[in-house]
Amino acid sequence: MKEVINFLLCGVGGQGTVLASDVLVNVGLAAGLDAKQAEVHGMSQRGGSVTSHVRWGKQVYSPIVGLGEADILLAFEKLEALRNVRALRPGGLALINDQAIVPLTVTSGGQTYPADENILGAFHAVTERVHFVPGERLAEELGNLRVANVVLLGALSALLEADPALSGAALSAETWLKVIEERVPAKHVELNRRAFLAGREAVKVADM
Amino acid sequence: MAIKKMLSGNEAVARGMWEAGVQVASAYPGTPSTEILENFALFPGVYAEWATNEKVAVDVAVGAAYAGKRALAAMKHVGLNVAADSFMYASMTGTEAGLVIVSADDPAMHSSQNEQDNRTFAKFARVPCLEPSDSQEAKDLTIAAFELSERFDTPVLLRLTTRICHSTSAVELGERPELPAETKPFPRNPAKYVMVPGNAIKRHPVIEERIRAIAAYAEDYPHNRLEMRGRALGIITSGVSYQYAREVFPEASILKLGMSWPLPEGLIRRFAASVERLIILEELDPFIEEGVKLMGIACEGKSIFPLTGEFDPSVVRQSAVRAGLLPASVIESAAPPDPGPLPARPPVLCPGCPHRPTFYVLNKLKVPVNGDIGCYTLGLIPPLSAIHTCGCMGAGIAVAHGAAQAGSPERHVAVIGDSTFFHTGVPALLNVVYNQAPVVTVILDNRITGMTGHQQNPGTGQTLLGKEAPVVELEPLVRACGVKHARTLSALDVDEIEKTLKEYIKLDEPSVLIVQEPCALLPEARKKWVPLEVLADKCNGCTLCFRIGCPAILKSEELDEKTQRPKALIDASLCTGCEVCAQICPRDAITFRPDSIFV
Ligand SMILES: Cc1ncc(C[n+]2csc(CCOP(=O)(O)OP(=O)(O)O)c2C)c(N)n1
Ligand code: SF4
Ligand code: SF4
Repeated sequence: MKEVINFLLCGVGGQGTVLASDVLVNVGLAAGLDAKQAEVHGMSQRGGSVTSHVRWGKQVYSPIVGLGEADILLAFEKLEALRNVRALRPGGLALINDQAIVPLTVTSGGQTYPADENILGAFHAVTERVHFVPGERLAEELGNLRVANVVLLGALSALLEADPALSGAALSAETWLKVIEERVPAKHVELNRRAFLAGREAVKVADM
Repeated sequence: MAIKKMLSGNEAVARGMWEAGVQVASAYPGTPSTEILENFALFPGVYAEWATNEKVAVDVAVGAAYAGKRALAAMKHVGLNVAADSFMYASMTGTEAGLVIVSADDPAMHSSQNEQDNRTFAKFARVPCLEPSDSQEAKDLTIAAFELSERFDTPVLLRLTTRICHSTSAVELGERPELPAETKPFPRNPAKYVMVPGNAIKRHPVIEERIRAIAAYAEDYPHNRLEMRGRALGIITSGVSYQYAREVFPEASILKLGMSWPLPEGLIRRFAASVERLIILEELDPFIEEGVKLMGIACEGKSIFPLTGEFDPSVVRQSAVRAGLLPASVIESAAPPDPGPLPARPPVLCPGCPHRPTFYVLNKLKVPVNGDIGCYTLGLIPPLSAIHTCGCMGAGIAVAHGAAQAGSPERHVAVIGDSTFFHTGVPALLNVVYNQAPVVTVILDNRITGMTGHQQNPGTGQTLLGKEAPVVELEPLVRACGVKHARTLSALDVDEIEKTLKEYIKLDEPSVLIVQEPCALLPEARKKWVPLEVLADKCNGCTLCFRIGCPAILKSEELDEKTQRPKALIDASLCTGCEVCAQICPRDAITFRPDSIFV
């Protein structure tokens, strides 16, 4: 395993990046690693760009990931993925929720939302390892749009397992699920479990 | 084995307060400090409160510390500007029990109007400054701050930054000490506690001597840590910068200052003499650097690292390569390609935000609007574009008054939130009445302190500890300030707001419009969310509803046959059913709620 694994999470306020990064840092801890997480509470409660950093390793110093130093970019929204493409190190792994949330600058400001080819093109200049996951659609099928973030975490867990440089630590699906279950209301445990497993399946079917 | 838990820096400070036996804590919310009090309030039997502003919070903590209880006041960096007067006298008097002031600074201004470095306040006030570099230290230094405060009879400034407050790392938990049951008699010691000139003049030399004594104590202070590795490079650092130093310069020797003021001169001299090149790694001001240079010790700091913004490992690494401290090979590859200009996603008022109609109307009226700080500052963002000045909390009303007194030919409007009005708006409104300017003040009362994440305030009927409290009603308060023209409306009633503002703008006297409706994210408001719909056969793509800047209104793929413009479409997963778009749609193409009061 690499000495330190750097994750950058990005999305739109209200999409659940905070819960996702909280899960991620605690999964690192549960795997017996040192782990740190950093986020920013910006000016708006919902709707603005958000990022959050998670690092795992034997010893982690900085809580934040430098530009071009992320091993994994976990993007909850496509425009935000593209905005953060430079965070990824060459050859890094990008996991992108196939969802567009159109900002006001497009609706009333006359700007255009980037096309899928442009997003993919920008990532391909950095890495071949780009995975799109239909998190929103899968969450909808499960009957609750709000679990899209957990779908993404499921997909991430499967991709980490498949990559020897990133897995290393003893990380079973059950480790993840335990951490997730400690953080969601009791009545939503089953829903989140199914969302997590759906995410794992999605990358298996799509990419392997 | 001690229990380890993942805590944010703010949670760790709260834990440290608990383990230090703090009994009274007061704060005004402000990112990135807010969660300190929110978490401290969860411990059993403690007293924690939201004060109306930071000055009040410091005075409250001072009073508790005079009364012999360990006390703390927390705020964001700019809060200490508001509380500066109190901070200064507290340094002069000292206290009976430990007193700690937390300043959470915000390098890079993630959610602030400036990035002032508050270590300067410690030096200015002759008060020691402690700086943790992760959550464990946030807890440990909180406890250490109380010991230091009591040892030297001084307030202590605990300085955090965003990357300490909102970063999570593992912390070992300890226990709360046994506390004495009774409260000591309140001191009768005017020579120490009454700062009239005759007493104060005797206290000044005392605090100068105190800071010299603390500097001597700092020489062996366990939180000032020497880590000797290679001799080629020595780094003096504090706070989160220590983490970047370890990450980027694994070979370097480090003097880590847990106490960044006063500086331990002897320790610094010995460290400087033991390394070949000495650099200071600190965010924002060259605070330690200037201190070291004043000692006549050669060092480099801001000639290498940025003065503005925050550090991260790549910023530090790149600066180090430029200065020849590291070989270029440490930077993995060329800068990744820039994706070019992208549509920005600025922070926006939420769908259903009760602030939106006021800004829609103000934009239409084309008046100069003097803003203040809160969610409603987002009235600045296009297409609402209806805020023209905004400096700090409480400024808007008085800036409008000043512009009016200067003869500015238009009628000036001030907009201010409920929490901000209680914070510093009231004295400014009194000034408008007393000195008589025809300023139109709009109080945007969303029944909560919104921007910082829903804290209670004097208008909400509840305290931080969840106790019921008297609700301060705004209209009677405003009238008691002497305002004759005052009215309270629903914040979502577009027509009434427009009518009233048009009327008030013509008056030659001060007026206040209070618009009231709970923040759309409050639980009571969420219960009433009902998404509305655009009737595609009625919508002709006139674009009027795009001009209220609601993120739930999208451009549909469907074009209107005649105008060839996209029709509107409402995203049902975002829409709350506030009916603002429905009220302004000229073609009745947007449905109203089943329980609507507007149809
Ligand atoms: C001196 C100072 N203290 C605290 C803050 C942080 N702060 C910014 S806005 C705000 C709350 C505003 O609440 P309110 O006026 O009710 O407006 P809302 O956000 O609810 O619209 C706070 C606490 C600040 N910017 N300056
Ligand atoms: S949090 Fe509340 S007050 Fe703030 S923008 Fe959202 S709806 Fe408006
Ligand atoms: S009713 Fe209209 S303005 Fe209100 S949230 Fe829904 S779309 Fe936005």
